[in-house]
Amino acid sequence: MPGPSLAAIYLSLLVLVPLAAVLSQAFTGGVHQLFAEITQKETFAALRLSLICSLIVVMTNAVLGTAIAWLLVRDRFALNRVIGPLVDLPFALPTVIAGVTLLSLYGPGSPFGVNLAFTRYALVVALAFVTLPFAVRSVQPVLEALDPESEEAAASLGASPWTTFRRVTLPSLLPAIFTGAGLGFARALGEYGSVSIISGNLPFKTEIAPVNIYGLIESDNNAGAAAESLALFALAIVVLGVFSILKRHFIPRDPTA
Amino acid sequence: MPAQRPRPAHGWRLRGIVLCAASTLGLLAALPVGAQSEPSGQVALVAYSTPAPAYGALIRAFNKTSAGKNVSFTQSYGASGSQSKAVAAGLSADVVNFSLATDMERLVQKNLVASSWNTSPTTHGMVTDSVVVFVVPKGNPKHISTWADLVKPGIRVFTPNPFSSGSARWNIMAAYGAELKLGKTSTQAAAYVKSLLKATVSQGSSAAAELLTFLQDEGSNKNDVFLDYEDDAIQAIRGGASISYVVPKQTLLIENPIAVTSDTKNPSAAKAFVNYLFSAAGQVEWAKLGYRPTLPSVAAQYRTKFPHPAQLFTIESLGGWDAVATQFFSTSSSSPGIVTQIEQSLGQSTASS
Repeated sequence: MPGPSLAAIYLSLLVLVPLAAVLSQAFTGGVHQLFAEITQKETFAALRLSLICSLIVVMTNAVLGTAIAWLLVRDRFALNRVIGPLVDLPFALPTVIAGVTLLSLYGPGSPFGVNLAFTRYALVVALAFVTLPFAVRSVQPVLEALDPESEEAAASLGASPWTTFRRVTLPSLLPAIFTGAGLGFARALGEYGSVSIISGNLPFKTEIAPVNIYGLIESDNNAGAAAESLALFALAIVVLGVFSILKRHFIPRDPTA
Repeated sequence: MPAQRPRPAHGWRLRGIVLCAASTLGLLAALPVGAQSEPSGQVALVAYSTPAPAYGALIRAFNKTSAGKNVSFTQSYGASGSQSKAVAAGLSADVVNFSLATDMERLVQKNLVASSWNTSPTTHGMVTDSVVVFVVPKGNPKHISTWADLVKPGIRVFTPNPFSSGSARWNIMAAYGAELKLGKTSTQAAAYVKSLLKATVSQGSSAAAELLTFLQDEGSNKNDVFLDYEDDAIQAIRGGASISYVVPKQTLLIENPIAVTSDTKNPSAAKAFVNYLFSAAGQVEWAKLGYRPTLPSVAAQYRTKFPHPAQLFTIESLGGWDAVATQFFSTSSSSPGIVTQIEQSLGQSTASS
């Protein structure tokens, strides 16, 4: 069977081998050295900031992304044809350009008078922007496939729209919301371009892990960069694991079974 | 898994390979019959990013000379350190031009550049010079002219992150050396660097990104001063940016090395191009584009365009790049550099804000 082996080779070349390379690079100086690199004050601060900002962004987008998906699927107003494709725009835009655009809109020269540049708020805005499509596009197809009859039934039995959403619609959407959150989280952890422009990259204040890693590489500290990358992987694995458990927990049970 | 962005160097390398392949094919088809005394063929130029627009003009001018009329180019630009690492890792290059000597020395150690690259008695292998200047909004509304002005309360300073950007290292060492020139001790100079970094509101990943950031508030003048290369400031002004720049009395001489690689496949054309860049004609082109000429005769012609700061110093006077990289910028967890430690101590006071 050439199909599965081709897939395995492809996955190995693209993901497993590079991962192993980072792993071996991180461990070149031994576990003690690895620990010393990760617990360096600046590295640790950058990792913590990355984790916190990514979690905030994922939670915000889980709520607002679901609302946008709802708008696109259920509220069939004319603008949807325009808004629909726009949701994917953050994927198409080079992230550096996203950073420049956000800076011109929410920086010192902001036409709205909102200056978030070089603060942690700017980090959250930039990460929310680049990860929004994951939240919307994960929920949207599930929402489209959802049979409105059960909602109508709930309504006819006297449930308020909020109760209907909470008890009938949301449980079916939760697995998709967690999938979107997982993808968005991983993407936010690794984001570099937009953030490096708008956040100011001040160590301990607005410098996230990928920016710190880039600095370490440019300073010829490859071991430190690999160690910090490994810590990012570990964070991603833990959080994705938690999301995946939650997702399984919320998969709707077949009522006829 | 997190989406790891590819290092720029890899992109350039790929582009270099594609360009090389494509142009080799083109070359084979266009190869004229018969031997020629003048250099011909292709030269792969690998350089740091700031002179990219200048090279467009320089290559056009070189192609008009008899030595250059049959030579074509592939060009790759990127962060100086990344470009140097790419060449060390196998990116094919005939001519290399970096923003600091450290990046050239990396190739000397790999035997990719002859160790005699810096032995020219007049230019020492440096094709252009520049100085660290203060870029300010047009008209200099905050009247910034000295290093002391940068650390006055409320002044918003911009300088790229010294760990990811070569140019930021020139800036930091300019600040440090300027204090020494002002008669301060090394401890006082380090304290000055600390207050300078404390006044910094943004540390972009590169000089180009930081300039972009600095220019974002045009009109509102909330961004006060940006530490940059003089040539970069001149190019930005030529591009229409509404800024001006101040050459401080005490500043660091920036020297940009160039060399023909030792494994070049086209030594005659590569040498002809580098010779042109060092010639009077080539140095005049550099000067027009904002770079300080290194050839003494041309430098003398441009004295008024490039004022000589009263207390100009070199990186050698601070110990040279190798020593400075370890002493100031080491990110090693066991022996962090002076600037690394300063960033850490600032972090503890600002982390909660």
